Amino acid sequence: MRFAIPLGIFVLMVGLLGYGLTLDPKKVPSPLIGKPAPAFSLAKLHQPDSQLSRDDLLGQVWVLNVWASWCVSCRAEHEVITRLSKESPVKIIGLDYKDEPDDGRRWLNQFGNPYSASLIDLDGRVGIDWGVYGVPETFIIGKDGLIKYKHIGPVTHEALDTDVIPMLKELRG
Amino acid sequence: MRFLLICLMFLPSVSMAAIEAYEFKDEQMEQDYQQLTEELRCLVCQNQNLAGSDADLAQDLRRQTHEMLMKGNSPDQVVEYMVERYGDFVLYRPQFKTSTLLLWLGPFLLAILVLWLLIRRLHSQQEVAQPDQSSMQRAKDLLSDKRDSS
Repeated sequence: MRFAIPLGIFVLMVGLLGYGLTLDPKKVPSPLIGKPAPAFSLAKLHQPDSQLSRDDLLGQVWVLNVWASWCVSCRAEHEVITRLSKESPVKIIGLDYKDEPDDGRRWLNQFGNPYSASLIDLDGRVGIDWGVYGVPETFIIGKDGLIKYKHIGPVTHEALDTDVIPMLKELRG
Repeated sequence: MRFLLICLMFLPSVSMAAIEAYEFKDEQMEQDYQQLTEELRCLVCQNQNLAGSDADLAQDLRRQTHEMLMKGNSPDQVVEYMVERYGDFVLYRPQFKTSTLLLWLGPFLLAILVLWLLIRRLHSQQEVAQPDQSSMQRAKDLLSDKRDSS
């Protein structure tokens, strides 16, 4: 009985610390979820003369995938994004983040292009506006122009099946 | 020759100190900039602030901070901009609000709780140490050998 309180505190601390080990400190919850998608107007990677802006996409469900040719895990993610483009009719917009347009185009030529359009964010300003801090990142934007979901790091096949595709179905209604 | 070598020793520290050369409108703005980059966390290298990090993102966020100050934004507006995008996590000194209440007050609550437990414990020990009137009398009788001779 004498040891009940210290033992209780010990068990509580072990429990809390153990829970702490299962968390990933790299995953910072995004405050942008539920907020309007930040505005942008950027040149398209394959038609640098023409621009695409946030408001052009208003009223439809779309996916923003932040990638770059220098990003190693984007290569791993590429086949998942390709699968998404085949299984879902929503527009996938790529944000070529802090990348040379030539390198970006070569990357898409080499691996295939799952994007409806890719946009050039040469100096990363739009990335900052979207709170991007680790490429790749993936956002889902609803018909109302609000951000519904954010995935940090490469989207896996599992995440696609459990989160992304069901959410896109629900949002398209 | 030796002097030259000694000079060389100081070279790396000099070259590392040169990051960006930003111009400011006045001294106040420069101070604001310094303070902001001290207090904002670099999201990539999570245990460094913007001022201390050479990561790409930290450079971009320093540029963003500088631009916003030059456009006439107040330091609070810069902080608000960062928090809207990266969450409270970017702040090394989180704001005082409902979601951070426990963070700010937790240590004090814990200290009060421990103090209260300590005082209660000391009290109960004192009570045990103080014998009541009748047993005191009995002890006195025993010591002065006034026992009933039975």
